Amino acid sequence: MANTYSKVGEMTTNDGVPLKISLQRSQRKLKLWAFLLVAPLLIFITISFILPVVSMTMRGVENPQVANILPNVVDALYVWDGVDLPDEAAYEALVIDLTAGRKNKNIGKVASRLNYERSGMRRVISGSSRKAAKLKEGPYKEQMIKINKAWGDVTTWSLIKRESGAFTYSYLVAAVDYKITDQGDIVAKSEEKQIYKSLFGRTLMMSFTITIICILLAYPIAYLLATLPMAKSNLLMILVLLPFWTSLLVRTTTWIVLLQSNGVLNDILVWMNIIDDSGRLQMIYNQTGTIIAMTHILLPFMVLPLYSVMKTIPPSYMRAALSLGANPVVSYVRVYIPMTVTGIGAGSLLVFILSIGYYITPALVGGQSGVLISNMIAYHMQNSLNWGLAGALGFILLVIVMIFYAIFNKVIGIDKMKMG
Amino acid sequence: MDSNPDFLVQFKNVQKSYDGVHLVVKDFNVDMVKGEFLTMLGPSGSGKTTCLMMLAGFETATSGQIILDGQSINNVAPHKREIGMVFQNYALFPHMSVAENLAFPLQVRKMGKSEITEKVNHALKMVRLDHFANRRPAQLSGGQQQRVAVARALVFRPKLVLMDEPLGALDKNLREEMQYEIKHIHEDLGVTMLYVTHDQVEALTMSDRIAVFDDGIVQQLASPHVLYDEPTNAFVANFIGENNRLMGKVVSIEGDVCSVELDGGGGLVQAKKINVAGVGDRTTLSLRPERVIVDPAAGECPNNCEARVEELIYHGDHTRTRVSVSGSTDFIIKVPNTHNQQHMKRGQSIRIGWNTGDCRALDA
Ligand SMILES: Nc1ncnc2c1ncn2[C@@H]1O[C@H](COP(=O)(O)OP(=O)(O)OP(=O)(O)O)[C@@H](O)[C@H]1O
Ligand SMILES: [Mg+2]
Repeated sequence: MANTYSKVGEMTTNDGVPLKISLQRSQRKLKLWAFLLVAPLLIFITISFILPVVSMTMRGVENPQVANILPNVVDALYVWDGVDLPDEAAYEALVIDLTAGRKNKNIGKVASRLNYERSGMRRVISGSSRKAAKLKEGPYKEQMIKINKAWGDVTTWSLIKRESGAFTYSYLVAAVDYKITDQGDIVAKSEEKQIYKSLFGRTLMMSFTITIICILLAYPIAYLLATLPMAKSNLLMILVLLPFWTSLLVRTTTWIVLLQSNGVLNDILVWMNIIDDSGRLQMIYNQTGTIIAMTHILLPFMVLPLYSVMKTIPPSYMRAALSLGANPVVSYVRVYIPMTVTGIGAGSLLVFILSIGYYITPALVGGQSGVLISNMIAYHMQNSLNWGLAGALGFILLVIVMIFYAIFNKVIGIDKMKMG
Repeated sequence: MDSNPDFLVQFKNVQKSYDGVHLVVKDFNVDMVKGEFLTMLGPSGSGKTTCLMMLAGFETATSGQIILDGQSINNVAPHKREIGMVFQNYALFPHMSVAENLAFPLQVRKMGKSEITEKVNHALKMVRLDHFANRRPAQLSGGQQQRVAVARALVFRPKLVLMDEPLGALDKNLREEMQYEIKHIHEDLGVTMLYVTHDQVEALTMSDRIAVFDDGIVQQLASPHVLYDEPTNAFVANFIGENNRLMGKVVSIEGDVCSVELDGGGGLVQAKKINVAGVGDRTTLSLRPERVIVDPAAGECPNNCEARVEELIYHGDHTRTRVSVSGSTDFIIKVPNTHNQQHMKRGQSIRIGWNTGDCRALDA
């Protein structure tokens, strides 16, 4: 077998080509085909999913305004010690940049960027830029301090220097209710200004609650689906899937009709004399409303994975448990339920992750106490136009989801999960 | 309620229908003695599993009575029947180790920890799996899983053990090995076993008695050698072992011997009267291949027939010879390969014969 081995231990084909290379060659065409088949999906996912996520996350750390609009100031502050006021060169650079920024009409961007870091900075920058344009000649230091005494304050300059890098962590810090002091330390915001941490906490708590309720409601349904005769289980399956066929908005607004203070449910309760007319229950525009409506919407995502797992469990397991002497309850708890853990895991993961990022329903029925973190992200995207903070919040949300995914994976094993 | 204390299980006129239209079990009557190994043998769909399920309590009898240990079973919940069961798919709990599977029936009986450990170890030794206690069922081979299932059904010392085609998924060698093992366990423990199979060899080697099942009724209930040597109807004769059939019409009856005119011009032969009503009836003659005599000496046997050799298949110790006799072309003869045996050739005409006692006249 002279030509089967080229080197010691390396297999070759009969014409002397190493086996590995020959195998790769023969499979190249196959691989190319496989790649072409998935290419459309790959391109679609890249464009519609990966790129937006990356770009939104980038916005949470990107910091182009100061560096781009005040380039001379940034240069001049490069060697500044940060202890005393900077020297004349920095003030001259400031006048040049403010004048140019005013001419290019982009001074507003850096004004609002710095205003995120310290309120009042918007006025300082825009006011100064207007007046700086009128200055004839230097030295500028005195004149600028006269225009606005903030320029005589070291912390103003350290703020500009701090935010002159291409990237910043100030959005991320703000997204968890911390702030950067003038000295550059990271400290918690004062109690009454903290909103995001408690909002994250509420989002997690409510998602957790919704997941638990979904498990409790979906388990018996899935069990029925898996064990009833075909004709009946098909009908039940249609009922389970019915929510998917109606618009999300319709379903959510239906809950408003049902649950509002002069809605159907309250009317019935009053009519049945369970509550009196003045004591109508507030069941919508608060956490209760959000939980009810979201549980309804997310229930199928729990039923389907559970069903697909239960469907594969033959009745002989329960029978075996019974024949071994376990009563029905014990058989159920010790044999049946453990065999459905993968389904519970998959369903919980789906429901939990979906509800962490849910937006429309809490926006419609959440009121003040029922909104979730995604509503805050939407607010910063649409109203305050602070996309940096929105990006940072979104990034933290993504991290939380990934942490939960990792925990689920560790505890149950994603590869064992059945998604329906 | 008339229940005989010697019988552990009695099926009395049991009927079962799933859909209210067809009877799956038509009239099932079996009495099982304590310590017996009884097999239900029958083709697929004949209702064997259904009978087991009724006994175990997972199906209810549509009519009739099942009595377990002197008690009508309808009033006893499945988990209180003390019946061990081995399922066709084993039904080992996948989330428990082998030892936990075996401990399960003991735990639900609230036994002490040390007692459980002892019994589990003992049961594992019995099926020679002591080294696999901590494995999950999925990490065992088919044969090992099967042994765990048997051990689990026995570990709590049930009155009765039901096995539903427990060896169906195993290959031939393993199946034979397991047959002996189960048989030995049965002998060692003296436990009563009700076994279901559609493999007749399995039934013949393992059982004390066999109930041959077809079409929802027991065709014959007897010990293996009685079933083989003395089948009482054509179905049993055909189902158990290899069998030659010759069709014909009864022309006369003297005592327990009847003369039969063979279809296809084979002439008049004599057979033992088993399952024919009277003269003029059509009948199936049943004759085991190894009881056929080739070229009988003159006067050696009363029945003589002309036959033509169609096919010879060499089997080492014997040659399976297919001949055509009186219209039937799948008549098999087992010719032992002894040194003085002359060789037959295809197409050759030979004479065959048999003793009257070996040929049974059964229902047509
Ligand atoms: N749950 C059921 N519902 C309706 N019909 C059933 C049910 N279980 C079994 N049957 C029918 O009853 C008949 C007997 O079934 P059974 O399972 O008892 O057969 P078996 O003798 O065990 O066959 P096999 O050797 O294939 O296991 C079959 O015709 C089957 O279709
Ligand atoms: Mg069966």
